Amino acid sequence: MRHEHVISAKQFSRADIEAVLDRAATFDDDQRGVATAHEGALLGMAFFEPSTRTKMSFETAIKRLGGDIVDMGPVEYSSVQKGETLADTLRVIEGYADAIVLRHPMEGSATMASEFVDVPLLNAGDGAGQHPTQTLLDLYTIREAEGLDDLSIGIMGDLKYGRTVHSLAQALTNFDTTQHFISPTSLRLPRSVRYDLRAQGGEVREHEDYEGILDDLDVLYVTRIQRERFPDEDEYKAVAGQYRLDADTIRAANEDLSILHPLPRVDEIAPDVDELPGAQYFEQAHNGVPVRMALLDMLL
Amino acid sequence: MTTDTELRVSKIENGTVIDHVRAGEALRVLKILGIDGSEGESISVGMNVPSERLGHKDVVKVEGMELSQDEVDVLSLIAPDASINIIREYDVVEKSRVERPDAVTGVLTCPNTNCITNAGEPIETHFEIMDEGVQCRYCGTIIREDITDHIEA
Repeated sequence: MRHEHVISAKQFSRADIEAVLDRAATFDDDQRGVATAHEGALLGMAFFEPSTRTKMSFETAIKRLGGDIVDMGPVEYSSVQKGETLADTLRVIEGYADAIVLRHPMEGSATMASEFVDVPLLNAGDGAGQHPTQTLLDLYTIREAEGLDDLSIGIMGDLKYGRTVHSLAQALTNFDTTQHFISPTSLRLPRSVRYDLRAQGGEVREHEDYEGILDDLDVLYVTRIQRERFPDEDEYKAVAGQYRLDADTIRAANEDLSILHPLPRVDEIAPDVDELPGAQYFEQAHNGVPVRMALLDMLL
Repeated sequence: MTTDTELRVSKIENGTVIDHVRAGEALRVLKILGIDGSEGESISVGMNVPSERLGHKDVVKVEGMELSQDEVDVLSLIAPDASINIIREYDVVEKSRVERPDAVTGVLTCPNTNCITNAGEPIETHFEIMDEGVQCRYCGTIIREDITDHIEA
């Protein structure tokens, strides 16, 4: 991989992505056979926001490779509470770890962090900005299910604040894909992401509902619409209800549809969808480990 | 023989003449450069002056002040056609056109309140200049309208 830091999906070329996915495939076949590959390596975990899947899969990945983690722990017990800057906190962690995984609630935090540390820095989510390592596991899942070329993909839900969406859409411009963005007007893709997509040669097709589109898609990537984005409960319920999927809807429109979701889901995918052959989201979560093993293996 | 412009705006002894400012932009130029006369400097402004190049133009003359590169960068955002003349003892000792930089650092604040540049971290803002606006290097926010509203105080 050409880049020492993993900050944004904008930095990925097609060759970068394919190199990570190819290596992930080898780890996927045998996660336990590489237990000495990075023996003694320490991954610094700087999570300023809650995380289950991302944090656990990074921890699993480094341990599968023979390394371990050093964890800053919850923010409320750290020196951040005493007013320490993020820049200082990370320079301290850099002294303890061989690479740092950062999740932070503010956009641009990972870009800033990369200017202060010399060890590889992996952006595990910066506010409503980017989540590039999630994108790599999303792409791995899509490649396994459908391939990455001649692909029609719908991306639905909170496209404004959804960092997984921003990263995925940008990375997909490296491939022969048609992207459809499905969201309420108030949660459409931010201007900056639309600009970047067009600058990268992508076309932005926006829709307010999924009616009439589902049968054109190979993949539907669903994200959660968050309650706190709406001024009142009624408006939230009305909007969220329009973007809910159940098994009957999918069967009627497109039985072969692959369905992804970065999880956690709330109501947007009914439990009966889990039984459909195209439900990929738990496999997707599992893929976090081999993909992050591949990334760490290339960066450490 | 004096030119049409000089008839309207008197010569200065030492300082800066910002010429070929788009008509109507002179007061904004003064505003973004933070020049308001409070330092006692003598300021002359010519507005809607006939110009061969622009049809009409504004001209700003500031006595006793030479613009820094940072100030020229800021100026380029709203007065891309401007030229800058540094005057010493009534002579033009340096004449340059404003050139649009690739980026401006520490000049604009990011309007995204959730951008890391607004969090008291030890960094300066950095905006890439695009064809139609500027883009924050950190959070990607694009400013297209009223760029001067975001100039750091």
